[in-house]
Amino acid sequence: MAFVVLPEAPLGPWLAVLRGQIDKAPGFFNARPVIVDFAHLSPGTEGVATLLTDIEALGITVIDVENIGEIPCAAPFRRHLLGGRPTGAVEIKPTVRPTPEAAGAAADAPAAGSLPVEPGATPGLIVEDHVRSGQSVLFPKGDVTVLGSVSSGAEILAGGSIHIYGALRGRALAGAQGFARARIFCRKLEAELVSIDGFYMTAEDMPAEMRGAAVQISLEGGRITIAHQR
Amino acid sequence: MAKVVVVTSGKGGVGKTTSTAAIGAALAQTGAKVVVVDFDVGLRNLDLVMGAERRVVFDLINVIQGDARLHQALIRDKRLENLSILPASQTRDKDALTTDGVAKVIAELREKFDWVLCDSPAGIERGPAMAMHHADIAIVVTNPEVSSVRDSDRIIGLLDSKTERAQRGERVEKHLLLTRYDPARAARGDMLKVEDVLEILSIPLLGIIPESQEVLKASNVGVPVTLNNPETAPARAYQDAVRRLLGEKLEIVIPQERRSFVDRLFGRRVA
Repeated sequence: MAFVVLPEAPLGPWLAVLRGQIDKAPGFFNARPVIVDFAHLSPGTEGVATLLTDIEALGITVIDVENIGEIPCAAPFRRHLLGGRPTGAVEIKPTVRPTPEAAGAAADAPAAGSLPVEPGATPGLIVEDHVRSGQSVLFPKGDVTVLGSVSSGAEILAGGSIHIYGALRGRALAGAQGFARARIFCRKLEAELVSIDGFYMTAEDMPAEMRGAAVQISLEGGRITIAHQR
Repeated sequence: MAKVVVVTSGKGGVGKTTSTAAIGAALAQTGAKVVVVDFDVGLRNLDLVMGAERRVVFDLINVIQGDARLHQALIRDKRLENLSILPASQTRDKDALTTDGVAKVIAELREKFDWVLCDSPAGIERGPAMAMHHADIAIVVTNPEVSSVRDSDRIIGLLDSKTERAQRGERVEKHLLLTRYDPARAARGDMLKVEDVLEILSIPLLGIIPESQEVLKASNVGVPVTLNNPETAPARAYQDAVRRLLGEKLEIVIPQERRSFVDRLFGRRVA
């Protein structure tokens, strides 16, 4: 899933807002492909020439641009596509034609499936208490263990798996950096949303018989699967 | 050693001000020196519920800004001489609550009183943040319904992270006060069950206050419900809550209105 960002003039304040956003949620853009849409900019916009360099300086991976028209803008694309996963045939709308470079980038990306983005040797994060409504725990490096419950309106985002010893009533996003083998465990499932590697399931779609049960949640063939804990 | 208590909830209209007044009065009846402080700058109500609205000269903001001394702003209750109220300002907004100013006022109140009860405004912005900042104890007022429970949960999170105690690595002692509890609706399953609320919030229960006309009657005449008619169900529930706050181990019961002889004779069923 790629993000599209829509810069607006004046670019100085826009970049400042983006920087603030990243400070608040570090790791949000990590390894996520971003497309910069120039629709709101014109060739005369101040700072437009260095815009892509400025965005990449924030640690964002720009993979392509849209609506660039006549805008003079050096494009320092790094085009690292990490964490690709197998999908079915994707119908590309005729208006979005991959540029030759982009096609090359796709070929460079390692074959999906041979990509064990293991969380590595990073020790997991242990949260001793309840995670209350409005709080988020972001740990893109590895597993998160919560000894209490995760309240409605709270969220846990982990690069690895998520283990909750109480009830899960909020959101749990595991494998957030593209780790499809991550799992979510909880003693009581009352979640608002669970997600693994970008695939998600909302409360509405969860099987009724699993509500309130001790479960493990995994990704099986691109589908969120909820099973009773053994 | 004085104790600073914040009465808070996140959601509005759940009964913070009523509870502050009722608990403040019940604490004062035990002989302790008590002050109730209205932090709802711009929307003050506590003075009305306490029946002190016609005697307000100076307020919390005047003291914070140095326009008045603390003793000039404190209003002594007419019924209980060891109970005082520090009203909020109605003409200002919450930005007037400066961190240093509030710290100074609370420190001064700690010297004069045994209990400092801060009536927090609703929300999670500056007003509530200032009201909870110096708290040793928090009374989280919650109604048995999902939105109130979620908001209380948010407030508990803030109590554990943003207060002075939390920043020192200590904990704010937290108690749940379940208000507007309607036994009839609970029996029909129209309301969250007490166990469900306790499971979600997982903090100890201080008391259950039944929904009652007596609460409304008492605020309309400007008398805390515990003083207006101490025999009513909500008054007794608040008195029990205060005894638990003082460390007594009391079984939690849901007080019912005492039925008159005639009611009993005809065996009218309430639930």
